[in-house]
Amino acid sequence: MLKKENATLATDIPIKPKIKHSKKKINLAAIWTISPVTIWLLLFLFIPLFFILVVSVMSRGTYGGIEYTFTLENYARFFEPLYLRIIVVSIAMAAATTLICVVFGYPFAYIIAQSPAKYRTLLLLLVIVPFWTNSLIRTYAWIVLLRTEGVINTILLKIGLIAEPLTLLYNSGATLIGFVYTLFPFAVLPLYASIEKLDRTFLEASSDLGGRPWQTFLNVTLPLTFPGVVAASLLVFIPTLGLFFISDLMGGAKTMIIGNLIKNQFLTARDWPFGSAASIILMVLTLMMILFYLKVSGGKTDDTELL
Amino acid sequence: MSRLTRLPSVAYAVFIYSFLYVPIAILVAYSFNDSKLNAVWKGFTFAWYAKLWTNTSILEAAKISLTVGFFSTVISTMLGTLVAVGMYRYRFRGKGMIDAMLYVPLVMSEIVMGIALLAFFSMIKVPLGMGTLLIAHITFSIPFVVVVINARLKGFDQSIEEASKDLGANEWQTFRLITFPLLGPAIAASAMLAFTISIDDVIVSFFVAGPDSTTLPLQIFSMVRHGVTPEINALSTLMLIVTLTFVVFAQKLQTRKR
Repeated sequence: MLKKENATLATDIPIKPKIKHSKKKINLAAIWTISPVTIWLLLFLFIPLFFILVVSVMSRGTYGGIEYTFTLENYARFFEPLYLRIIVVSIAMAAATTLICVVFGYPFAYIIAQSPAKYRTLLLLLVIVPFWTNSLIRTYAWIVLLRTEGVINTILLKIGLIAEPLTLLYNSGATLIGFVYTLFPFAVLPLYASIEKLDRTFLEASSDLGGRPWQTFLNVTLPLTFPGVVAASLLVFIPTLGLFFISDLMGGAKTMIIGNLIKNQFLTARDWPFGSAASIILMVLTLMMILFYLKVSGGKTDDTELL
Repeated sequence: MSRLTRLPSVAYAVFIYSFLYVPIAILVAYSFNDSKLNAVWKGFTFAWYAKLWTNTSILEAAKISLTVGFFSTVISTMLGTLVAVGMYRYRFRGKGMIDAMLYVPLVMSEIVMGIALLAFFSMIKVPLGMGTLLIAHITFSIPFVVVVINARLKGFDQSIEEASKDLGANEWQTFRLITFPLLGPAIAASAMLAFTISIDDVIVSFFVAGPDSTTLPLQIFSMVRHGVTPEINALSTLMLIVTLTFVVFAQKLQTRKR
């Protein structure tokens, strides 16, 4: 019952343009406005993606080119222990990043949504600014802190807590910090959007009916904001798999994620078919997550949740 | 909320905001540090900023970033606004598919877009450079423009447009005199965000930039790989200021009259 109510609340007023002009004229205007972007995206996004799909089932030429003979070898290689490990590590890192961002982001988003209206805009802006800030610069900020001659080591040495500088960088922990730091705002914004929409009367009803705060949270708040949780997970999980520069700069060679594999296959190993296959796997993972999101959100995407 | 429950909330919020901002604050602080060794504070200086002006590869990268950012903003804002208005106004077969198409770049992994474009440009034998960079930036900027314009269109009073048409204005006049002025703030906001994501992009640019078209983020990437210097801090600080300015303005434009 509650779910149904919320679904109708969340629905935006349907837009039904009442256009009284002749059909021919409208079609012409529609073509003029919509076709440029459609053609642009077909040409520079969907054809390139289709090309990658084709290359992923081709063989590698002797000198690193593409030989146009069909093979599934590139996909089969992911069952080799070396590559299987990269996939498992990537998914584990992305899952850990997602979990940390959502678990810490949810109460934070809740606090912002509950804050007095006069501060809310500012508090939200303070999350939006890092969302748009260059992720490389944000990664670099942590390198400044964590490296051997970095800020943290210098302070610890000065106050005599340690005698030797600690190795804080170039491990999977550092990479995880980099991922979380970069993607945290991506979790908070959709969480905030769904918590803010929450109808407070449901919470009051729950407590009036004798629900304890944690019962209200588990049975009312969480189910109603679940689409936000899934959107947050989606916006953290997918980018994590591709952030090769963070694992490059903070993880050293030890933490390889799918993004590093793709980058290396295209730029260093020059095995484009294998790199393409890795990209297709990444695409499939992404699609699966999006379909899941569409299922829990009832097929309605809200623009504001993405920004 | 009672005082007892508010205190932990405030403490938690302070903790999270510190996590978000302290590393950035330290990065900025050390851009003024009078020492090549980043971690020890030796005194205040503008030397690293001055040094940026003599670094020709940084100046060249800045030129490329600004040029690509400018043209990518203009073109993606135009195309994005056009398609958003069209999608809002017209119904036709296959509309759902185009709608889905517009969202693909927002959710897909950036690295896949980068290598797909790299493979595509190499297949059609287009050399990597400013042109390929510009095409890539326009492609990933369009959906952001569409989202911002859409948000504005949702709160749009359609009867104004209808009134204009009833009074005898044609489609183009209605757009120019009614729709466009009403969309103005949203268009400006989307342009600012498009510029921000263009000059900040790392992943896609990494794959489609040629050897002679290194952007500022790519320049920072290669500098960080060779070691940490206060010069990077100075450059990062300047870029942070640009992002901050544009994002705050964009937010102001978007929240006004909502």
